[in-house]
Amino acid sequence: MTITSPTRTRDSSVRQAAHGAPRRPSRFKPGAGQQMKAGPFAYIALLVVGIASVLPLYWTLVAASHTQDEVLDSTPPFLPGGRLMHNLDAAWDQAHLGKAIVNSIVVSGCITAATLFFCTLAGYAFAKMRFRGRGGLMTAVIATLTIPPQLSVVPLFMMMSDIGWGGKLESVIFPTLVSAFGVFFMRQYLSEALPYELIEAAKIDGANNIRVVLSIVLPVARPAMMVLGMLTFVQAWNDFFWPYLALNQQNPTLQVALGQLSASYTPDQSIVMAGALISTLPLLVVFVIFGKRIVGGIMSGAVKG
Amino acid sequence: MATSTPTRDTYGPPDRGSQQISAARQKWRSRLWRFDDKASPYAYIAPFFLVFGAFGLYPLIYTGWIALHRVEMTGLDQMQWVGWDNFSRILQDSEFWTAVSNTFLIGVMSTVPQLLVALGLAHLLNYKLRASTFWRTIILTPYATSVASAALVFALVFRADGGLLNWVLHFIGLGHTNWTNGHWTSKIAISIIVIWRWTGYNTLIYLAAMQAVPTDLYEAASIDGASRWQQFRKVTIPSLRPTILFTIVISTIGSMQLFGEPLLLEGGTLGATGGNENQYETLSVYLYNYGWNLGHLGPAAAVAWAMLALLLIIAAINWLIGRFVRKSAA
Repeated sequence: MTITSPTRTRDSSVRQAAHGAPRRPSRFKPGAGQQMKAGPFAYIALLVVGIASVLPLYWTLVAASHTQDEVLDSTPPFLPGGRLMHNLDAAWDQAHLGKAIVNSIVVSGCITAATLFFCTLAGYAFAKMRFRGRGGLMTAVIATLTIPPQLSVVPLFMMMSDIGWGGKLESVIFPTLVSAFGVFFMRQYLSEALPYELIEAAKIDGANNIRVVLSIVLPVARPAMMVLGMLTFVQAWNDFFWPYLALNQQNPTLQVALGQLSASYTPDQSIVMAGALISTLPLLVVFVIFGKRIVGGIMSGAVKG
Repeated sequence: MATSTPTRDTYGPPDRGSQQISAARQKWRSRLWRFDDKASPYAYIAPFFLVFGAFGLYPLIYTGWIALHRVEMTGLDQMQWVGWDNFSRILQDSEFWTAVSNTFLIGVMSTVPQLLVALGLAHLLNYKLRASTFWRTIILTPYATSVASAALVFALVFRADGGLLNWVLHFIGLGHTNWTNGHWTSKIAISIIVIWRWTGYNTLIYLAAMQAVPTDLYEAASIDGASRWQQFRKVTIPSLRPTILFTIVISTIGSMQLFGEPLLLEGGTLGATGGNENQYETLSVYLYNYGWNLGHLGPAAAVAWAMLALLLIIAAINWLIGRFVRKSAA
């Protein structure tokens, strides 16, 4: 069974009668709102902000491709130089970057896959299933967003060393397998995009709940899962606080390796910048390719509050 | 439960070849069906609560217990009861209070400009623009950068000797500043890193909320002769109030957690103490320094509970302000 486009029927009276609660109308209509034409001032302001957004990234590239002395000279260089390969090599050797890249891919990949699976399931349950305590539990999920990780790192560190995960990737992966934001995001999407009729039709055809999830919910959820997947990957890839405390020099993620590189006794700034470039480049590529989708995801996740 | 789902049975299992299936088997099947319907939602949401319980809630409570003990990094399995000693130790430490005030100041200095700029940018992006997706994507690029990379690049920009910013200031004839050494300048430096990374994100949240404002409101306002600025103030801002509140809460919680920016601004030993006079040490850095640099986990846990207390105070203030705003609006 494949679903190409979930159709939303106008005839909601039947659905409302069957399920008691009327469906909330969509508040987000792209293209609505103020649509006056922008004057030259708007373009100039956006250009300034755009340059400010990109300049530090460009400066990373410039600094990574010169010697430290050239970078810190009284007149710093403004164009990329020829030392990039040398500095990348040095960063690679000094900070276990090869291992760090593999670790970052493993950590971010596992977290993203698990988050997508569990958050879609939970989001579907909160959006379309009726069960006792649903409202309260959803509030509890959202409330967990306000708890900073700082509050639990000390016992978490002790627990991890207790169960033998001290310094291992498991200690970074497991605490972030599901995210409250992800549950919320999928719930918002599925409550709009998944019509009750589709679920009911499948049930009348004899599908049990798992079957409904596999052949209806997952295909309908795919666009939102793409966006959530990218957001989760970016976050997992860039996470710093807990990995920095949990992992060590021998087994770092990219961000941890970067932090340790700069914390070494006399760091060479060009080599540090080469490391920063390696850790940022993959995500920039993702951004260039999927930028539009990520922008749309952040906007839709935010407004349907 | 049964009363809340009166129509469930209409969607029961199909009646395929009912002649062949015995009555007992059919009963068993429908019981199984009902169990599936009742248990499934809980099974689907269970992973979240299991993970949060094990790695979020339980450690959060356990932190309070550890805060009453002496635990050293060198012997994690040895806990020795010390009562309130850890708390009195950090409360008497002037460095703790420096960290509290630094966290608060950097929080205000980064959140307020960030949200104001984001609001203005969102307003610009809400006009009919050429290449609107391009602009949206480009102001979001800093979001793709990690704390570590951002902090390290800006560390170069803010360097006293050979820093990019001082070169620019020198070029336009302004004096030379030792950014990381000054009490205010170091906080400005950290705020700029935060503002750079998060303004684009908040802009998109505001833009989404602006696009949901009905066009009729603007049409009505312009018929009444409201200027663009008046429309922005009297239509856009009030419509965005819940979104603005949301971003304030999120940014406040985020600024409580500032860690990578101060840790990496100068790196090395200065990072762990937030500068030579703790001028940019935040609470997270203070916690890290106590627990992971000095190896005393008891006081580090006490710091975590102090952070919880501060968070509750901020939440209470937020609530009071919200109530005040609602009352004065009514």
